[in-house]
Amino acid sequence: MAASISLSLSPASTTRSSPAAARLGAAFRSNSRSFCGLRREVLPLRSVGSAASRRMIVELARHRAATIVAAATNNGKPAKFDYDLIIIGAGVGGHGAALHAVEKGLKTAIIEGDIIGGTCVNRGCVPSKALLAVSGRMREFQDEHHLKALGLQVASPGYDRQSVADHANNLASKIRSNLTNSLKSLGVDILTGFGTIVGAQKVKYGKVGFPDTEVTAENIIIATGSVPFVPKGIEIDGKTVFTSDHALKLEWVPDWIAIVGSGYIGLEFSDVYTALGSEVTFVEALDQLMPGFDPEIAKLAQRILINPRKIDYHTGVFAKKITPAKDGKPVLIELIDAKTKEPTDTLEVDAAMIATGRAPFTKELGLENVNVATVRGFVPVDEHMQVTDADGNLVPHLYCIGDANGKLMLAHAASAQGISVVEQICGNDNVLNHLSIPAACFTHPEISMVGLTEPQAREKAENGGFPISVAKTSFKANTKALAENEGEGLAKLIYRPDTGEILGVHIIGLHAADLIHEASNAIALGTRLQDIKFAVHAHPTLSEVLDELFKSAKVNSGVLPSVNEPVAV
Amino acid sequence: MAALLHVRFTSPSLPSPVRRRSSCRPAATPTRIYAKIREIFMPALSSTMTEGKIVSWVKSEGDRLAKGESVVVVESDKADMDVETFYDGFLAAIMVEEGGVAPVGSAIALLAESEDEIALAKSQASSSSSSSPVAAPVADSPAPSQAPTPPPSQTVPPPPRASPASASLSAHPASEGGQRIVATPFAKKLAKELKVDLAVVTGTGPQGRIVAKDVEAATASGSTVPREPKTVAETGAAKVPTSPIIQLGSVVPFTTMQGAVSKNMVESLSVPTFRVGYTITTNALDELYKKIKPKGVTMTALLAKATAMALIKHPVVNSSCRDGKSFTYNSSINIAVAVAIDGGLITPVLQDADKVDIYSLSRKWKELVDKARAKQLQPHEYNTGTFTLSNLGMFGVDRFDAILPPGTGAIMAVGASQPTVVASKDGRIGLMNQMQVNVTADHRVIYGSDLAAFLQTLAQIIENPKDLTM
Repeated sequence: MAASISLSLSPASTTRSSPAAARLGAAFRSNSRSFCGLRREVLPLRSVGSAASRRMIVELARHRAATIVAAATNNGKPAKFDYDLIIIGAGVGGHGAALHAVEKGLKTAIIEGDIIGGTCVNRGCVPSKALLAVSGRMREFQDEHHLKALGLQVASPGYDRQSVADHANNLASKIRSNLTNSLKSLGVDILTGFGTIVGAQKVKYGKVGFPDTEVTAENIIIATGSVPFVPKGIEIDGKTVFTSDHALKLEWVPDWIAIVGSGYIGLEFSDVYTALGSEVTFVEALDQLMPGFDPEIAKLAQRILINPRKIDYHTGVFAKKITPAKDGKPVLIELIDAKTKEPTDTLEVDAAMIATGRAPFTKELGLENVNVATVRGFVPVDEHMQVTDADGNLVPHLYCIGDANGKLMLAHAASAQGISVVEQICGNDNVLNHLSIPAACFTHPEISMVGLTEPQAREKAENGGFPISVAKTSFKANTKALAENEGEGLAKLIYRPDTGEILGVHIIGLHAADLIHEASNAIALGTRLQDIKFAVHAHPTLSEVLDELFKSAKVNSGVLPSVNEPVAV
Repeated sequence: MAALLHVRFTSPSLPSPVRRRSSCRPAATPTRIYAKIREIFMPALSSTMTEGKIVSWVKSEGDRLAKGESVVVVESDKADMDVETFYDGFLAAIMVEEGGVAPVGSAIALLAESEDEIALAKSQASSSSSSSPVAAPVADSPAPSQAPTPPPSQTVPPPPRASPASASLSAHPASEGGQRIVATPFAKKLAKELKVDLAVVTGTGPQGRIVAKDVEAATASGSTVPREPKTVAETGAAKVPTSPIIQLGSVVPFTTMQGAVSKNMVESLSVPTFRVGYTITTNALDELYKKIKPKGVTMTALLAKATAMALIKHPVVNSSCRDGKSFTYNSSINIAVAVAIDGGLITPVLQDADKVDIYSLSRKWKELVDKARAKQLQPHEYNTGTFTLSNLGMFGVDRFDAILPPGTGAIMAVGASQPTVVASKDGRIGLMNQMQVNVTADHRVIYGSDLAAFLQTLAQIIENPKDLTM
């Protein structure tokens, strides 16, 4: 039986002046760029089967067909450009874009100055998952209480650091070769060297600073990604003071490590390090740990992931200066108050990991050659990921995706943006709905989210004059979770009770990262709660946590003004 | 939405509230304050809930609470919920700790209306704790010392006196002479859980930082205070500790203390030790003891005093090596005396045994033993020893050797004093009372000649014990 709490947060001044009608109207304005592209294609199909909408679809399809034909004839002409599309950077974003471009029949090249796979595959998501797989098992083996409850006996679990590190490294190599092979087999040219834009539709590549080969392309996508951001005053030696780049090599497991920053990266590494026997001290500039997460989820995460572990923390402080260990002295971390800048404390630890976020890697890209100025290093883009120049005008045929534009610094977001750009290039107006992109933190248990947090949703509701409600279900009520003896966790839904629109879903609990997609797909496709609640979930599975969540939402669709209007069927 | 706390007024009947109140706020009239302390109850979060588990206290004791603020997270049979207060005030005393379970409607904390009432509420919590099945351990200690003002100075030693803790802390490069406590996250958590004051814990980690096992060690020596009002070391008649019922063939998991002892013992293997023995004639000491026994002097105090006096002349034997790279000449001579009780082990410490006269030292020993019985030994009273004495003489043991406690330089095993036929240098044979002592020492810092010289001095002092009473 699910324990669910349903709250109505409808603002006092609820304007019910037929928001649904307005929405439908927007859906029919085919040129409206402000409307989320993915949703637009779906809405007319499923919400109203009117003759008008059918006509719309036909028109849309015809328009699309025309542009594809145009593209094809372009390709058929004597090559004006070396390539249809050049992608600078072969990370997950560039790879996703390249694959989709080939599917669309574009002649594509990808320029990579380092190794295929970028941050995600080589220094990020992928190897860290290998470490987290180990830490998850170590955690299970070490949890005597848990094992006992399951009737298991495990004698003194241990690990071999080098083998763990090798596992992470091997995984990265394997994924890297998979990516490389997939590009090669599809006929994407891999150009080795650092790419520099030398003019409109023109790129040079070669050794850093000496780009010697020039290629032209009709369209260029910048997908150069990011590097770990290291604040001033922090001296990185790669041994005792390091970033995630070094940490993933797992060259040693310090007894006591300070992690500066408690976002995804910091949190995941705290999971790895504590499972391997380290003690962790978090240094967080904001007043709360895990900023960016829904506050309620962050609170529960603190109770599950921080408090019972060998972790302490300092919040509201900056690490002003970090000196690596030398001459028998430990790593010194000077903390100052984030607001008053007064020194507060000095930490002495064995190692410090800097996880203060990531900075775009956009230097020496030749952006000045096309009059583009970066903003804090990020390449400014419009909603179609098309680059805007210093005067705010769109730069034709130049796009930027992924961490380099800073819209949403996630590997799969970069890939989605890349696909969106390719669609755009092929003449299909496409705007990616970033609110439908899920994010996950692979701690034990995992945390995942999609859409707005509760404070964000409240603000939006306040401004938009619509009510929001919150529903929650607990993993404690899920059969599968209890069978695994992992009942700790919460799923939270933020939605509009008037329309049934899902605004955000946040999950902490067993396999949360895998569970989120039902919600993110629903947001992407515009599925309403009143419909998705009839979807059937296998029993007993963890997915029933979301089933319960959707079912516990109270949608007042009966009083929806639009329903009272005559609708042709 | 959070549930609201159920709070109801109580009229406390305190043992002697007037005295306590008048001592901290003489001007106040004590009688009117009582009504301002409220009990916070375990709320019923669902219709089927009969008891709730405290997941976490959002606020700590002494925190100011505003109406509507979350105070505690309670886990019911269905979900975890934040519980709010609807009174302003101060969280005076937490009666059910995190992880504890309380039936719906039972008091889990006390809310004081003003800061002044906190002490009162605390004492109330402690007095009611005996009747409450879910009483918090915090409420166990007597209330007066938990007044909002800092505890009386005698319970917490001033930093410079708290050696060797302060000595080792000052060896820490960045601890600024013991001003700062450098402890790892887990050590801090453990200390909070086990209620150990980190200021008096000796750090043995890298650069002298306090690590979890130091905290465990500190509790191990303190948590095993005697349950029976007997101290084996004191009673002349040997009492072998007997457990009430032992199920043969059963596997018994270590208690926390046994685990810590085990850990300490294994750890002691990393220290290269050696042993030097000596036979000391005790006729003069026995006579002295007979003479001053009526004045309350104990043999333990005499031995501790003699040892301390010998240590003055051999500071290296009173030193300790923690990191294997340096060693500390401890500034005080603190004699720890091992006492076995109930299968446990405790080492009350006679601080500055060299400076305190034998009568005060004996009184101090009695006090320590009484405190140990009442489980009131403070950490500095059991974990600040610089040299340890272990005496199995009362069992008739004539010689044995001891394992060196990590963090100290030497331990002396004292055997029974027995009448022995001795040949003297002038060719005569006589009967003398003799005892064998055997010192185990850390050979990284203390060498054979050091121990030999120390034992020679000790023998001289014991064989000519006049100085002991000065």
